[in-house]
Amino acid sequence: MVALSVKDLAAAYRKNVVLHDVSFEIKAGTLTGIVGPNGAGKSTLIKSLLGLHPILSGSVSFFGSPLEKVKKRIGYVPQRGSVDWDFPTDALDVVTMGLYGQIGWLKWPSKRHRQKALEALDKMGMADYAQRQISQLSGGQQQRVFLARALVQDADLYFMDEPLAGVDAATEKAIMITLQELKAKGKTVLVVHHDLETVEDYFDHVLLLNRTVIAHGKTEEVFTPELIAKTYGGRLKLTKEGMGYGHLVKQ
Amino acid sequence: MAILLSSNAQWVLVSTFLLGIAAGLIGTLSYWKQQSLMSDALAHAALPGIVLAFIVLREKNLLVLIIGATISGLIGAFCIQWIRSFSRIKDDAAMGMILSVFFGLGIMLLTIANRLPGGNQSGLESFIFGQAAAMVKQDVYIMSLLALVVILAVVLLFKEWKLLLFDPAFGQGLGLPIRFLNGFYTVLLVLAVVIGLQAVGVILIAALLIIPPVSARYWTHSFKGMLVLSALFGGFSGAVGTLISAMGSGWPTGPFIIVTAACLFLTSLIFGLEKGLLVQYLLHRRQKRSVSPKPIPPDWGMPPKVREG
Repeated sequence: MVALSVKDLAAAYRKNVVLHDVSFEIKAGTLTGIVGPNGAGKSTLIKSLLGLHPILSGSVSFFGSPLEKVKKRIGYVPQRGSVDWDFPTDALDVVTMGLYGQIGWLKWPSKRHRQKALEALDKMGMADYAQRQISQLSGGQQQRVFLARALVQDADLYFMDEPLAGVDAATEKAIMITLQELKAKGKTVLVVHHDLETVEDYFDHVLLLNRTVIAHGKTEEVFTPELIAKTYGGRLKLTKEGMGYGHLVKQ
Repeated sequence: MAILLSSNAQWVLVSTFLLGIAAGLIGTLSYWKQQSLMSDALAHAALPGIVLAFIVLREKNLLVLIIGATISGLIGAFCIQWIRSFSRIKDDAAMGMILSVFFGLGIMLLTIANRLPGGNQSGLESFIFGQAAAMVKQDVYIMSLLALVVILAVVLLFKEWKLLLFDPAFGQGLGLPIRFLNGFYTVLLVLAVVIGLQAVGVILIAALLIIPPVSARYWTHSFKGMLVLSALFGGFSGAVGTLISAMGSGWPTGPFIIVTAACLFLTSLIFGLEKGLLVQYLLHRRQKRSVSPKPIPPDWGMPPKVREG
């Protein structure tokens, strides 16, 4: 089954066209890494798919339907830096926000909702921090809270914008275990990823992006030195020392 | 204090109390939208609308003046939005421009209105610094009713406002109508500003929206707590300021309300339990003492347990 289908998508940021001729299909139950250099349009792609950024042309469908009909089946983890962590609230409250769609307008969260949020926090190893101010959490802990908030949504398709950026090793491990579990449950996950060294370990599919789709497919077929070099342009050279072709050197 | 005996003054007191609550609530939303100055721009932008409404109708009917103020305030808000999205001019510059241009226009119209027959006694000047004593019973009803509308709207949509302020992109993903909420917020903000114009005045009303939330921030770490405290601070300032200004004849209400709010702010700044200067100082001193013999191992922010898959 196809979870996400994108045809000829184009999007602009201010006056520059950052995405053009983007077409791909994501099969349900896959864990895909979206990889590309800075400014390649990775975040813009996710935002455009979710209707958070206007698209110039093209069409997007989720499980064969337009976005409006399947919003409840889609979960989103924005970049950690996109919100003000000084906002006066605690971790449990942020996770409960993931349930607002189910709670409905004008209603207040019930005990059952709070319990559900607490379970999601516990799953991310954060139960002891439920009442902690979000401003007092470390970067990794904040990211776990965001993941927990996405988990309570109980969506079928998840979009995550750099969930592993700037987190500690323990958090990275906890998040990857969670992503594998989501995949095992048949959920579809798309992750914007920046660390080329871990791509092969983490994702079964890769979407190489630089303004347009350079390559998309199974990791072992697509994540090759040639295609990576093509994605990152001439500015970067791959070295074969140490751990395979993991190291990128700026010229 | 003789004025306290009149029932009209008691009603005025209730209305400035409600105004303060409404201003404290909507001001908290502005604070987290980082648009505190927007209320000042809107208040100044409302002045031409008030005066024009008077010039057209030749009578001082508060409801009509409020409608004029609302329209002109919304035009001001629209202009700021327009400048922001279609030029490289930044927020603060856009607000500064709209604020002073509209206020200048308002003062210009005011001099024209004063030359009209009967314009001299119109009391329109009371809109500049606020004159609660000039309010008649009907004014009080209109003001209280609209303040209640603002209060209800903030309370009922508490959860939606929180999501809008903390993470609008995620909210939109959930299907929250972000555009509608932003528009609704602007309408409520304009409403809170214009109903306060007669009692507090064009120049000072913004302070009633800015100072209470800032003071509340020193006492609490929860959004709900901040809303409640800010509403209380605003309501208290409104009522006490009105009381003090009622002691002398012709004393403007606005300045006393704002000075009361400022006293609450100073108290919060020093004694606030969460971020107050005194608490910070004591905490710092205790930490200094505790580190002297041996250094504390650094906290790497590691979670207590990590699930193993």
